[in-house]
Amino acid sequence: MSLDLFFQYLFAGITYGAIYAIVAIGFNIIYNATGIINFAQGEFVMLGGMISISLLQFMPLAAAMALAVAITMGIGATIEMLFIRWLDRPSVLRMIIITIGISILLRESALHIWGESIRSLPYFYGNEVTTFSLGNVHISPQVLWVLAACAVMVGGLNVFFKGTPIGREMRACAANRTAALLCGINTRNMVTLSFMLSAGIGALAGCVMSPITYTQYDSGTSLAIKGFTVAILGGLGNSMAAVAAGILLGVIEAFSVSVVPLAFQDAISITILLLILFVRPHGLFGSSAAARLKDF
Amino acid sequence: MNREIRGAEDNSAGRGTVDEALLELVSVHKRFGGLHAVNDVSFKVAPGTIKAVIGPNGAGKTTLFNLIAGNLPVSTGSIHFQGQEIQGKKPHQIARLGMARTFQNIKLFQGMTALECIMVGRHVRSRAGFFAGMFSLPSTWKEERAIRESSLELLELMEIAECADVEATSLAFGQQRAVEMARALAAEPRLLLLDEPAAGLNIYETAEVARLICRIRDMGITVLLVEHDMSLVMDISDEIVVLCFGRKLAEDIPLHIQKNIEVIKIYLGEDDALAA
Amino acid sequence: MQQRKILALAALCLLVVGLHLAAVLTGSLFYLTQLTMAAYYGLVIIGLGTLMGYAGQISLGHAGFFAIGGYLAASLTTRNLAIFQDSWPVRWLEGLGMLKSAQNLAGEPLLTMVPWAACGCAVAAAALIALLIGIPVLKLQGHYLAMATLGFGTIIYRILLASPYFGEADGISEVPGFTLLPALGQLGPVMVSGDPGLRVANYYLAWGVLILGMGLLLNLIGSRVGRALRSLHSSPEAAEAAGVDTSRFKLQVFVLSAVYAALAGVLLTHFNGGIGPSEASVMKSVRYVALVAVGGMAHLWGTLLMGVTLTFLSLRGVFGTFDDAVFGTILILVMLFAPEGILSLRLKQVWNAIFSGARS
Repeated sequence: MSLDLFFQYLFAGITYGAIYAIVAIGFNIIYNATGIINFAQGEFVMLGGMISISLLQFMPLAAAMALAVAITMGIGATIEMLFIRWLDRPSVLRMIIITIGISILLRESALHIWGESIRSLPYFYGNEVTTFSLGNVHISPQVLWVLAACAVMVGGLNVFFKGTPIGREMRACAANRTAALLCGINTRNMVTLSFMLSAGIGALAGCVMSPITYTQYDSGTSLAIKGFTVAILGGLGNSMAAVAAGILLGVIEAFSVSVVPLAFQDAISITILLLILFVRPHGLFGSSAAARLKDF
Repeated sequence: MNREIRGAEDNSAGRGTVDEALLELVSVHKRFGGLHAVNDVSFKVAPGTIKAVIGPNGAGKTTLFNLIAGNLPVSTGSIHFQGQEIQGKKPHQIARLGMARTFQNIKLFQGMTALECIMVGRHVRSRAGFFAGMFSLPSTWKEERAIRESSLELLELMEIAECADVEATSLAFGQQRAVEMARALAAEPRLLLLDEPAAGLNIYETAEVARLICRIRDMGITVLLVEHDMSLVMDISDEIVVLCFGRKLAEDIPLHIQKNIEVIKIYLGEDDALAA
Repeated sequence: MQQRKILALAALCLLVVGLHLAAVLTGSLFYLTQLTMAAYYGLVIIGLGTLMGYAGQISLGHAGFFAIGGYLAASLTTRNLAIFQDSWPVRWLEGLGMLKSAQNLAGEPLLTMVPWAACGCAVAAAALIALLIGIPVLKLQGHYLAMATLGFGTIIYRILLASPYFGEADGISEVPGFTLLPALGQLGPVMVSGDPGLRVANYYLAWGVLILGMGLLLNLIGSRVGRALRSLHSSPEAAEAAGVDTSRFKLQVFVLSAVYAALAGVLLTHFNGGIGPSEASVMKSVRYVALVAVGGMAHLWGTLLMGVTLTFLSLRGVFGTFDDAVFGTILILVMLFAPEGILSLRLKQVWNAIFSGARS
């Protein structure tokens, strides 16, 4: 494999990996706050893309994206309030099934609103053939947008959780809900906030990746599986590890194209998921004891 | 009616001879990371006796139980039951060998009647498997009847026969304890582990439990119990093991334990010990 | 208890006959076709119901086992082995009477497996796969278990979709009928196939299989093993302490439910004359889970009745393009308001009185 091709694959892998990492972080935020795995996480990404595409008819790109993110955050909050909030200590099984049901509803609603067509946002800079060169490697500027957006989100979340009062309250809520309650933290609102955050970052990721990967009513499902794989790889709840794990999965997937027929590419991430679940469910990094600390 | 529940007949080695211990712990350690929960504990339990494990909270008693019953793996050391090493075996394997236990927080089965809970206890004394169950082979009919009958007898033994078809988790607390004990007895164990059998019971109920445990011992079943209620322990135990911070502090007959300065110290504090 | 079980099964038989008569009287015999299909799906659902309700293990990939059964039956009975005619495995199979020679449309020799042999292979393969993946998967809990089963189902789907041998996106068609009993004198053969002339026979055959399958599961639940299963669902620690080998039992139920799903796949494929990759999709798996949840996870009768009814309605197209949405909604509503299943909401006494055979 030539060096150029190598870098081509590498950048593709890092790009997709960044997206997977954002989906994984979305899983982690909700998991940390509630102990629930939100199977509908992928749908937030899809909605971000779809809504912004529809809004583009009425407003410039940046406004469309911002509004799409805001709307998706609203949807996330609504879901939490309608379905999750008033449940009284539900069992894990029940929650899994509920979030699967929510995922189906969101997907079917998208199908009925937008149909089966594949859409995308326009490239933020130039078009699909615009590239700039890093040596002999040609990269689309959109890739930089994706990486920048993800980096900003990760950085922003770090600042949020470690620096701001609300962020600290959320971490307290994740670490020990009862204790947080006793400190006067409104844990129910924290849960809603966690859904809004996850929805928001998912939507933004959906917007920036839309030009490259296109958006369709059912693009959420495979994203959710891959995002979950990354979350597990990094250790459920550990978002910084999710970034590393995301890039790892993205790169493995990208390079796999040279070895396995394209049709089997999705099977690779699932195989990795199964392997990790069987062999090391607490993730690649750290110990199982550390993995139980639900910190950002 | 009093049908005697005999200890398992297929493992009758050492029955009745005082020298051969039914259960023996040799230098058992259990560490949870930095916490040394059980620290070099060794003792023997002679067959046909009642042995109690006491100690202040956090002494490692429940951990010890979980080690013996197979719920937790030992860090180092060995546990011998009827001459066999059992550390590292899974709980259901240990149950098959003739050990049964109750739980501190009663673990009855939701959605099952008291009778059914006890019938599950009979699992190690019955054989019907998947195929036999699905096709309802005639060989299972006799066994099912026998399981049902013996479980009903146990309910009568515990004097809660009227609870047979009541959902187990909706029974009164004392009755639930009785069902839990009956379930353990249904396995016809040689060794019965009782985890705080008197917890949450009043004086009268505790006396009942004491009576019951003695009857169980008289049937030939060896009893190892963890308990906080000193009157129960001093009344019925043949021997007592005292644990403190994971270590064995003393092992002796009740009379001597009561006079043991070290034991008094850990329960009552230094000054009161000097005064005693 | 035993009598109530038999009474309930007998009542179901009467219902089946009743539906047939109703179809005859209203001149709508075509309903029988969907009722037949619904019965086969019902077989999958009660198997899954036993796994979820009694062993307490969720499986989001059960459509995978259905597809393994159906696809293997389809491919073994349609793919030509003639090119391998001289190899020893093929000759060994021929010797066992498991192969059938014919001529395809072009007059060339066509060597395929006989349906009953294909059925055996398909179900055995499903059982083996269930055993192999069950061992690691069932050690997992909660979310991890759900995701692992989801992953399994998705892998099967991807493999089927990507393999030319399995027909890729088009699936496999032209699957021959499955002769269970050869023609005897005046009576025609009893064959699982889509032949309209055999519609009534297939209807009773499908429901017969379902009723038999139900009876076996009811027996199991009322037996020593059934009690052990219910106990390990409720409190695995106490069950282990009572001597129940929880890992082994979970695995055995998993394999049993896979066998039920695979058998349903085989029979339905022969009935439909073909199978497509959508049968292995995640949506199908989710649908099965939804139906088990609606019926009540530990109420096998509820699961059977609600499962077959809703499947029939879906097959009739009653839900239109909102089919998946309906099942998604059902899933949410049931889990929010009636996690014990719809039947636990009302008429509980009546149901228990009649059908308590399923709960004891």
